[in-house]
Amino acid sequence: MKAPSPFFALALIFYMTVSVSAQEPLVFENQQQQDRFDDLTRELRCLVCQNQNLSDSDAPLAHDLRREVFEMLQTGQSNDQIKLFLVERYGDFVLYRPPVQTNTYLLWLAPLILLLGGALALRASIKKRAALLTSSENENPDD
Amino acid sequence: MSSRIAPLLIFILLIALLLVGLNISDNKTLIPSPLIGKQVPAFDLPVLNNPGQNLSWESFLGKPYLVNFWASWCPTCRVEHPVITELARRRAIHIVGLNFRDLPADANAWLDQFGDPYDVNLVDADGRVSIDFGVYAAPETFLVDPSGIIVFKHIGALTPAIIDNEILPLVMAMETGK
Repeated sequence: MKAPSPFFALALIFYMTVSVSAQEPLVFENQQQQDRFDDLTRELRCLVCQNQNLSDSDAPLAHDLRREVFEMLQTGQSNDQIKLFLVERYGDFVLYRPPVQTNTYLLWLAPLILLLGGALALRASIKKRAALLTSSENENPDD
Repeated sequence: MSSRIAPLLIFILLIALLLVGLNISDNKTLIPSPLIGKQVPAFDLPVLNNPGQNLSWESFLGKPYLVNFWASWCPTCRVEHPVITELARRRAIHIVGLNFRDLPADANAWLDQFGDPYDVNLVDADGRVSIDFGVYAAPETFLVDPSGIIVFKHIGALTPAIIDNEILPLVMAMETGK
């Protein structure tokens, strides 16, 4: 008998943690609805333990909010309607993906600004080196 | 010369950013409620000690009141209880207890043990009304004005300072504004 590999044990642990969220007795109408539920609950934050999403969290509030999301899916509401329902109650904080609006422009544009700044700094540095190179060539024509 | 100062400037900037971030993180668990300035969520809930009777949000119109979400399973509610009791003793404002995600028997036992400071207690057994109020941590307290608009919200245990410096001045303003 060979001892089970540590990788197998690790895989088992991961499998178990994944299956916990699937234990809730929610009966979906079809696979598409279940996929939407999974996507939504992954994108929405559990407010009790703020670094977990609704899908992962075992807090009572997360249970209740999953139930709300499920019921809204059942009544045919769109993903945007469901997100709006939660934002109206808990604020933008429930969304893991912050919406583009006046108070988040800086957040969304920061990478672009940094990239632009980097490009400008790079250009300045290249120009400076080029100028140094040409001037040193002029000074020492024999090199 | 400037290329030597640049790293220092960037370092100072980073330190400044760090300090700002540390200050923000102190308050990051306090999520600003989108409900402030809005109509109180519609509710129609049974009264705890008289389950046959329901009270709706409309029955509270006309005077300011506090909505205090509490539950027997909530340790911070016990911490807050003496503060609510003291506020009730002063008769400064109508206090509506909203017992949520709780069993009536547990809720009644809790009130028997510690005392009942509430003018009335409503039962939100499945927590749906608490979701409409955006409650995510108990206790949470909302101040509602006579026209049914939420003007103030506090997450966590009320303190005498919050009552004296924030809630009661707002109530006074409502009463003089009438």
